[in-house]
Amino acid sequence: VESAHSGRQDYDLLVIGGGSGGLACAKEAAQLGKKVAVVDYVEPSPRGTRWGLGGTCVNVGCIPKKLMHQAALLGDRIRDAPHYGWEVPQQVPHDWRKMAEAVQNHVKSLNWGHRVQLQDRKVKYFNIKASFVNEHVVCGVTKGGKETLLSAEHIVIATGGRPRYPTNIEGALEHGITSDDIFWLKESPGKTLVVGASYVALECAGFLTGLSLDTTVMMRSIPLRGFDQQMSSLVTEHMASHGTQFLRGCTPSRVKKLPDGQLQVTWKDLASGREDMGTFDTVLWAIGRVPETRSLNLEKAGVNTNPNTHKILVDAQEATSVPHIYAIGDAAEGRPELTPTATMAGRLLAQRLCGQSSDLMDYDNVPTTVFTPLEYGCVGLSEEEAVARHGEEHVEVYHAFYKPLEFTVAERDSSQCYIKMVCLREPPQLVLGLHFLGPNAGEVTQGFALGIKCGASYTQVMRTVGIHPTCAEEVAKLRITKRSGLEPTVTGCG
Amino acid sequence: MRSSPPGRRARPWFPGISCTSAEAREELRRRLLGLIEDNRVMIFSKSYCPHSTRVKELFSSLGVEYNILELDQVDDGASVQEVLSEITNQITVPNVFVNKVHMGGCDRTFQAHQSGLLQKLLQKESAYDYDLIVIGGGSGGLACAQEAAILGKKVMVLDFVVPSPQGTSWGLGGTCVNVGCVPKKLMHQAALLGQALSDSRKFGWEYNQQAKHNWETMTEAIQNHIGSLNWSYRVSLREKAVAYVNSYGEFVEHHKIKATNRKGQETCYTAAKFVIATGERPRYLGIQGDKEYCITSDDLFSLPYCPGKTLVVGASYVALECAGFLAGIGLDVTVMVRSVLLRGFDQEMAEKVGSYMEQHGIKFLRKFIPVMVQQLEKGLPGKLKVVAKSTEGPETMEGVYNTVLLAIGRDSCTRKIGLEKIGVKINEKTGKIPVNDVEQTNVPYVYAVGDVLEGKLELTPVAIQAGKLLARRLFGDHLEKCDYINVPTTVFTPLEYGCCGLSEEKAIEVYKKENLEVYHTFFWPLEWTVAGRDNNTCYAKIICNKFNNNRVIGFHILGPNAGEVTQGFAVAMKCGLTKQLLDDTIGIHPTCGEVFTTLEITKSSGLDISQKGC
Repeated sequence: VESAHSGRQDYDLLVIGGGSGGLACAKEAAQLGKKVAVVDYVEPSPRGTRWGLGGTCVNVGCIPKKLMHQAALLGDRIRDAPHYGWEVPQQVPHDWRKMAEAVQNHVKSLNWGHRVQLQDRKVKYFNIKASFVNEHVVCGVTKGGKETLLSAEHIVIATGGRPRYPTNIEGALEHGITSDDIFWLKESPGKTLVVGASYVALECAGFLTGLSLDTTVMMRSIPLRGFDQQMSSLVTEHMASHGTQFLRGCTPSRVKKLPDGQLQVTWKDLASGREDMGTFDTVLWAIGRVPETRSLNLEKAGVNTNPNTHKILVDAQEATSVPHIYAIGDAAEGRPELTPTATMAGRLLAQRLCGQSSDLMDYDNVPTTVFTPLEYGCVGLSEEEAVARHGEEHVEVYHAFYKPLEFTVAERDSSQCYIKMVCLREPPQLVLGLHFLGPNAGEVTQGFALGIKCGASYTQVMRTVGIHPTCAEEVAKLRITKRSGLEPTVTGCG
Repeated sequence: MRSSPPGRRARPWFPGISCTSAEAREELRRRLLGLIEDNRVMIFSKSYCPHSTRVKELFSSLGVEYNILELDQVDDGASVQEVLSEITNQITVPNVFVNKVHMGGCDRTFQAHQSGLLQKLLQKESAYDYDLIVIGGGSGGLACAQEAAILGKKVMVLDFVVPSPQGTSWGLGGTCVNVGCVPKKLMHQAALLGQALSDSRKFGWEYNQQAKHNWETMTEAIQNHIGSLNWSYRVSLREKAVAYVNSYGEFVEHHKIKATNRKGQETCYTAAKFVIATGERPRYLGIQGDKEYCITSDDLFSLPYCPGKTLVVGASYVALECAGFLAGIGLDVTVMVRSVLLRGFDQEMAEKVGSYMEQHGIKFLRKFIPVMVQQLEKGLPGKLKVVAKSTEGPETMEGVYNTVLLAIGRDSCTRKIGLEKIGVKINEKTGKIPVNDVEQTNVPYVYAVGDVLEGKLELTPVAIQAGKLLARRLFGDHLEKCDYINVPTTVFTPLEYGCCGLSEEKAIEVYKKENLEVYHTFFWPLEWTVAGRDNNTCYAKIICNKFNNNRVIGFHILGPNAGEVTQGFAVAMKCGLTKQLLDDTIGIHPTCGEVFTTLEITKSSGLDISQKGC
């Protein structure tokens, strides 16, 4: 097959990877009249977990994690309920099997939905593992080992990433699980050690704690690297007060299975150099993710990757070093690893490929939310980043500790409910970043992300009337600057 | 500005404003009134006018401080003269004010001097007890009082809660804190927790028995919280040295108010400026038995017993919110509606709010109004018979309820505060007070904020904003006015409804249907899926002006946490939100709010917006 004879290719567009980005791209292109195929194959996790179409978000990411987070939040609500007059037992047990089955059934219904959508839009779907033969041809291998060759004029790589296992820790691979497995466990993980400080680590530890499991997070250095560090510390502070145990400054050195099936973990305290030991039912690695690029034979197509991260190098058009091969989502270098960015990037790419538009994906001011027990929503710059870019004397930070109305009657601790708005100091004080820690942070943050996109200034936010009584209104009432050193605790209304 | 001779207070004049727009003119008018207010003697003059000079000499000879504005020496002198003539009906200079009283020109001033009136007026100097008296200690009044105190003024707040016909009264803080937003959101939360309890079983939490609800436990917890808020308001006033008097305020003459306490003792206070922030109270039907047997939202939140089977009369947001949470904690609830639901709100959304309530067990009796309420049995609660008649025909019906809650509207507390004594105009029909865009009534030193205002929004945060900004304008250097446009709000019905900007009806009325594009969709919150809750119920809608870059002029969401979702979008609307910007913004996954970043289907296309379940 010659690249010069693009008209003779099997497909106009071949998408490798049926996750959020890949599916969005494929569906959009098909809708715009292109002949499109998607190849998707889930390599089972080392523990043998596998799943259906839809990629990380649907199967082992956003969807199941938010549902398990919700299960944990409902546990909090059961504890709140007596304060509000509901007569419920004090100690309500949780049945992991029942929750997991419900969550898994929902995920399976989504897998099915994705299949149907591809069919509806006449996108050809292959459940095969793809690798490049040359720059226009991909070879797919089925579970049974059968090979198929597919050629396409344009190829989009959207293979995403998978959790990383530590390479030098004895027993890590044999005895540990990752986020690829946790949502598909049939039985409760029991007493769990979560290793890592990524949002995946903290979210998993958060809901496990919320489901009444004994949970410990072991982290080597700082939590939520890349996020605002003040917010990150408040997140972990809240988790600690909520019952999650933390082993900071520690790294595991060995995992051993004991005769009774429990896992004995040995770790080292980096500061003292001392070794310590504990036993757990489950060890969950959440130390990062690696892009699924190494089995693609990218070199056969001439697609360049970053040798350190193994991510695919792309330009603003999402094009790789080979102009008709693109990469979107978690496999692309320098992109936020978020479903909605991949989805939008995929859709915009399809529109450009079909000559529908020339709009590029704007990766600035992407809002996101970490679904820890106390949710953390943010958009724009962290305080550190704002200071780094503009200098401390040009940055004004407005902040407040507030108390959600619902917490009062429930007698919940609101010590970590905190909002911070990072602005330029010069009037009208353009908003650079918003950070919100509290219930429903995702819902609160979305609209403000729009505001920042519209170029909102501090003045404009203050001119917006609040919705009473909500948590979000506290954003429109931020008056205290960090610089003033005044007490930022909101008391009473008004 | 001319240099001030000794004996005169220098007062910086402001840069000239040309009276090109009505707004600038209003601004000027306000500033002139400010000069009149703030100066014991204010003379508008022209530097070359001999009559003006005579007047100045008169005051100098009396040793009285005065301030002058020389119309020929400011850029907008002509406009000043015009506005002055509007205020005083006098076109000539000098135009003299003594202690805020319009004296007239040169001749009138000399006549007053001869008759002794001038001296009398001058004696009133600084006779006021306070710089500001605020009548009403609710959200708006307290915000205004505290801000004025922060700006160094001597401030008093008069607050007195007249007990409801059922005898309910409460502490400082007004409607929102005591019988409004705060307790209703907490009772709404109690109802949501009931829903959460039943959801939780689907998410693996195990308990068998159906959870029962205890009204007294809830009410006590909520009242405790309110008590702590009342207390914190008292403390906050004390900290800011605002005088708080728990008495009923009533104007007796200009600048003078009579305060009557619980024991009937009367004290009079005077102030340079007044702010009316007396708010509203629930309206009664005026039928047999209503005040004797029915309760209102004034009573519900502190009711010492569970209301039981309840008839809610009305379709205001208060009615629907109360009906919603009462049903949510397990009570048998019926809503009697005369005509439309949530008048003034988008009617498509309002109907969806209602139908969700109906699907969740709340009965609606539409096009009926009660004509009589009779007590069948005493008790806590007792039994009441309600007779209602159709609004469309002769049909009548009867029902028996434990409690009848009236939520048919609210009346301003403006008719018994002596406004007629000082000539403050109210709308005779509604009792509301008309004000200009700086919250000033027709009597220049009397202002009003909050629910008593005519044509403004009855919302706590609006009152707070208006009160605060008013104080800053009156006593600080600020000019910023309260912006009543694009105010977001949320109705805390079982399915919450958040909105900002125009309803679809209003948008069509203002912009015409063909100039609008409406995008909409149903959505299914992720948390609802596993809980097995209704698909195709939550709904999002935006209304765009096609001929203004598809600018979003109306935002509507029906779904969980609608208030939290709406707030940020309100900021975006303030900043000129367009459909394109929505499309360009990345969603936060998985949330309800993200639905607005992927709206594709227009209403005009007629395409199906239902979401397919599994």
